[in-house]
Amino acid sequence: MPDCEETLRELDSFLDDELSEAGHDAIRQHLGGCPDCLGAFDFHAELKQVIAEKCQRDEMPSGLLSRLEQCLESEGLPSAAPVDDRTV
Amino acid sequence: MPFAGQLYSGAMRMTRNPADAEDLLQETMLRGFRGFESFTEGTNLRAWLFRIMTNLYINRYRAKQRQPVESDIDDVESMYLYRHLGDIDAVFASRSAEDQLIDMFPDDEVKAALEELPEIYRLPVLLADVQGFHYREIAEMLDIPIGTVMSRLHRGRKRMHQALYEYAMARGLTTTPRADTPREARSNDA
Repeated sequence: MPDCEETLRELDSFLDDELSEAGHDAIRQHLGGCPDCLGAFDFHAELKQVIAEKCQRDEMPSGLLSRLEQCLESEGLPSAAPVDDRTV
Repeated sequence: MPFAGQLYSGAMRMTRNPADAEDLLQETMLRGFRGFESFTEGTNLRAWLFRIMTNLYINRYRAKQRQPVESDIDDVESMYLYRHLGDIDAVFASRSAEDQLIDMFPDDEVKAALEELPEIYRLPVLLADVQGFHYREIAEMLDIPIGTVMSRLHRGRKRMHQALYEYAMARGLTTTPRADTPREARSNDA
């Protein structure tokens, strides 16, 4: 089982879901018995989520979608693709 | 228009202004529709569109700016924000960690912390943390090795977290660093 130092070194890869299944399980096992590391992992997991959410909150300028469609039509391209006007 | 909202946000974080973001989005859509035959059915359409946008941004907008080099960022200690937020926990004891963080950092500050990163860090952080792409996809989009994606992501995140802390301090949110953190992990920077 990895120690604290080895576990913290894998923090990014673990939270980014880039570890092998065995690697992921080993970290989970350490976290199960180590509240200090678990606290750090939890914090960074939440932080990542908050950053993702906040950095995607942009209101599109009004008319942007219709300008895009016009632009595609003027190029003779089909703009009938599924519309996704979510701002999130 | 598939993924227009996500692509617009991505373009905003890259170009940092609405006029350039709209141009970048429009150009991305045009290239995407024109080159749609080269899209392989069954692969990830969102990743394909982001790859087009990232390349357009790098080739078009980046030329205007001086290129930062890796050494432009001073190394920041690992888990900077976590260590420095110390006893904020006590202040918000009754709430979940996520609620605390969401309230602690306004949208504008989080966006600014990302947008102020030098571009070589900003693009990996944007693609990984905001858009959720895998290292392999980011390596392809930026045409750099996976190890470089990882080290830039690591340094970029640390710098971004430090910026978030500095914004919070500037607003008068004062804390003492926490003492109970595990020993610092060795940086995996190359």
